[in-house]
Amino acid sequence: MFYDVDLTSRLMLGTAQYPSPKVLLEAIEASGAEVITVSLRREGVAGGAFRDLLANSCCRLLPNTAGCHTVREAVTTARMAREVFGTSWIKLEVIGHADTLQPDPFGLVEAARELCAEGFDVFPYTTEDLIVGEKLLEAGCKVLMPWGAPIGSGQGLRNLAGLRTMRAHFSGVPLVVDAGIGAPSQAAQAMELGFDGVLLNTAVAKAVDPVGMARAFGRAIQAGREGFEAGLMPERDMASASTPVFGMAELA
Amino acid sequence: MRIDLNGQTVETQARTLADLLAEQGFEAPCVATALNGDFIARALRPATRLNEGVKVEVLSPMQGG
Repeated sequence: MFYDVDLTSRLMLGTAQYPSPKVLLEAIEASGAEVITVSLRREGVAGGAFRDLLANSCCRLLPNTAGCHTVREAVTTARMAREVFGTSWIKLEVIGHADTLQPDPFGLVEAARELCAEGFDVFPYTTEDLIVGEKLLEAGCKVLMPWGAPIGSGQGLRNLAGLRTMRAHFSGVPLVVDAGIGAPSQAAQAMELGFDGVLLNTAVAKAVDPVGMARAFGRAIQAGREGFEAGLMPERDMASASTPVFGMAELA
Repeated sequence: MRIDLNGQTVETQARTLADLLAEQGFEAPCVATALNGDFIARALRPATRLNEGVKVEVLSPMQGG
């Protein structure tokens, strides 16, 4: 599914902003996620505890380049992450705008080209732009991660038509909706559209009950996928009675 | 010699990146290093010499989304 790795769960879970490491660990377990995202920072007081937590989780790690605004920062961060985390997977973020955290597509393609050439398995955080997607595939990416909405905004799929078009255009390419998901229903909607996975963090970490929300997302994503595989009925403008008219009594 | 370590000015006796990590008490196998914005692989740390005013980043696994 992603760089020759098959996963059972289609949820990728971020590890930031949880009330405690214990809640994080329980949330990962409740969600069923097999991939968690991590980052690199100057070590704070809780650094050792987080390393222990990673060692105890059996999840595959997807390091990110969060916060990088230039190609150079992102490429250096990716190289550092590969050594520390021992994986060639990298969630590539090159941020273009401080308020929207919108990706810089030009820097993103350039960084992706460099990293793919160095043997990284790049998961680029991108927009739903088809041409940027094409350029990322040309650069060597085998997965695309379009945003649903700005990171941490919880707005869900803000450009539904654009995401639908993207799904149709890149029919054989694994696509993961990354960022902006706020509710399980929104994650289910992405899956019903035929996306291959959903990556989220804040919606679980900032829920009143993160563990309960993690479970809800796991189930919603599974339900959405099953709905997609079962084939959704076409939408209609007008009503169409589901109970047969044939055999109706004359009571008027 | 004074260098910039993770954004702080630090006075160090270390001559190489490997020595700096030991001197400053980092767990060398658990961190990644960069010098003036370039990644320095673990194996290259002993041969990487420090000069006055270099910018060193020593990063660790942290929570991320």
